[in-house]
Amino acid sequence: MKTESHLEKVLVSGNLAVTSECGPPRGCLPDHVREKGGYLRGVVDAINVTDNQTAMVRMSSLAASVLLKQEGLNPLYQMVTRDRNRLAMQADIIGAYSLGIDTMLCLSGDHTQFGDHPMAANVHDLDSIQLIQMVKAMRDEGKFQGGADIKGPPKMFIGAAANPFADPFELRVLRLAKKVAAGADFIQTQCIFNVDKFEKWMEQVRRRGLHKQVYILAGVTPMKSVGAARYMKNKVPGMDVPQDLVDRMGSVPKEKQPEEGITICIETIDRLKKIEGIAGFHIMAIDWEEKVKEIVDRAGLLPRPQV
Amino acid sequence: MITAERKPLEELIEYVRPFKRILLVGCNECVTVCSAGGRKEVGLLASGLKMALLQSGTTIEIREHTLERQCDPEYIDELLPMIDGVDAVMSMACGCGVQEVARRYKDKPVFPALNTKFMGASERQGVWAERCQGCGNCLLGMTGGICPIARCSKRLMNGPCGGSVTGKCEISKDVDCAWQLIWDRLKALGLEDQYLKIIPAKDWRPAGGGGPRKIIREDLAA
Repeated sequence: MKTESHLEKVLVSGNLAVTSECGPPRGCLPDHVREKGGYLRGVVDAINVTDNQTAMVRMSSLAASVLLKQEGLNPLYQMVTRDRNRLAMQADIIGAYSLGIDTMLCLSGDHTQFGDHPMAANVHDLDSIQLIQMVKAMRDEGKFQGGADIKGPPKMFIGAAANPFADPFELRVLRLAKKVAAGADFIQTQCIFNVDKFEKWMEQVRRRGLHKQVYILAGVTPMKSVGAARYMKNKVPGMDVPQDLVDRMGSVPKEKQPEEGITICIETIDRLKKIEGIAGFHIMAIDWEEKVKEIVDRAGLLPRPQV
Repeated sequence: MITAERKPLEELIEYVRPFKRILLVGCNECVTVCSAGGRKEVGLLASGLKMALLQSGTTIEIREHTLERQCDPEYIDELLPMIDGVDAVMSMACGCGVQEVARRYKDKPVFPALNTKFMGASERQGVWAERCQGCGNCLLGMTGGICPIARCSKRLMNGPCGGSVTGKCEISKDVDCAWQLIWDRLKALGLEDQYLKIIPAKDWRPAGGGGPRKIIREDLAA
């Protein structure tokens, strides 16, 4: 064990891990975070707390992570390199660990153009791979990037993202290999709708033996409506929603579509379970946290292991 | 080259409106090549300003002059015989030229006529695109001759983000994904393994993080 992270314990135990996410509110609404977290209690092993996702200002992921921690939940603190330089990031990592946060996800972040502050500077002092390297050196060598010793190093369990569906496809596994070499302990993938393509990606992952060096959590998202399916298919860069899934969502009446989306999500998990090298699932139910329990339950992933 | 675009005429009119006589100074280097501030553009802007001011009942005398290079003191001296006869100077050079004129002629207001944009290359007639951000420590040798700092929207140094689709950047279909270009080129050169080398966190001091930059060549410096 590298850390005290609950997620690491679950993964090391050999159980399929389950994570989900909680997007912080756009204002000082701590109860909102507690409510969302409450839906996930006993349902998942760690809760991703997004960091100004889609480049919109929200309650900081650090603050929302602490709120969840105070509720006895396990936050998975997301950090993007878009908004902070390496001084700020290292300071926040030390601060987070001091407040009991031991699991994080290193990302580059959505471009500011997608959010409501397109006029803001994109910092990108580091990229996501360099952030992984930095967090690993902080943990394993007890060193700041500037070289000085850290008094009380943060023992973070280090996550990274992978998108098997973006281009160039052949580079996607190599990029994963770089993240593993940089020091990622676990990976959460982009939402998987195209399982066939994901299987091809996993084949290459296994060929390189990467599934034995890093825990891969397969990302899934329940679609709320045919409109949401179309939006993800057409408007979200790097998202691959096959047309037959959009058609299937559209084939049921509007009021039945949420149910259909959840059924598709569970079927996807069932298919993914059969793929060698999958260590768990990351369920991204955006503003639909209350449905995660049903998904995890129907997917046969409850109760969560006590480790 | 350094690329630039002319500011809107309305903004320039407001700069010169208080003055009777101005000197409009072009530059024969980069801004001539990108058709923003050469001799031709100096002539066009001078007429434009005169006509616009005339319509609002003001006359202005504009002397036109285009220097070989506005970022070089020896050429800027050429303005000396003209400078006393004008109230202000408008420079059609990049920001370097504007500042050099201001530094040399301390008692004259100097206004920029251009917005300096980036270091770029001509993609085709009338189109220029950014190629270099002058980071001071070139890594093109590791990236197949395509710069991820200048050409990746997130300046990622270790590969494409999850938003690269069919060779285009997530921010716009009009922007190529720099990492798709890098990967295509590494493949063409048989250098795929180059990609697996992690480019470590960059030292931004040579890029300007260490304060204003200067090159001192001891062998040349007087």
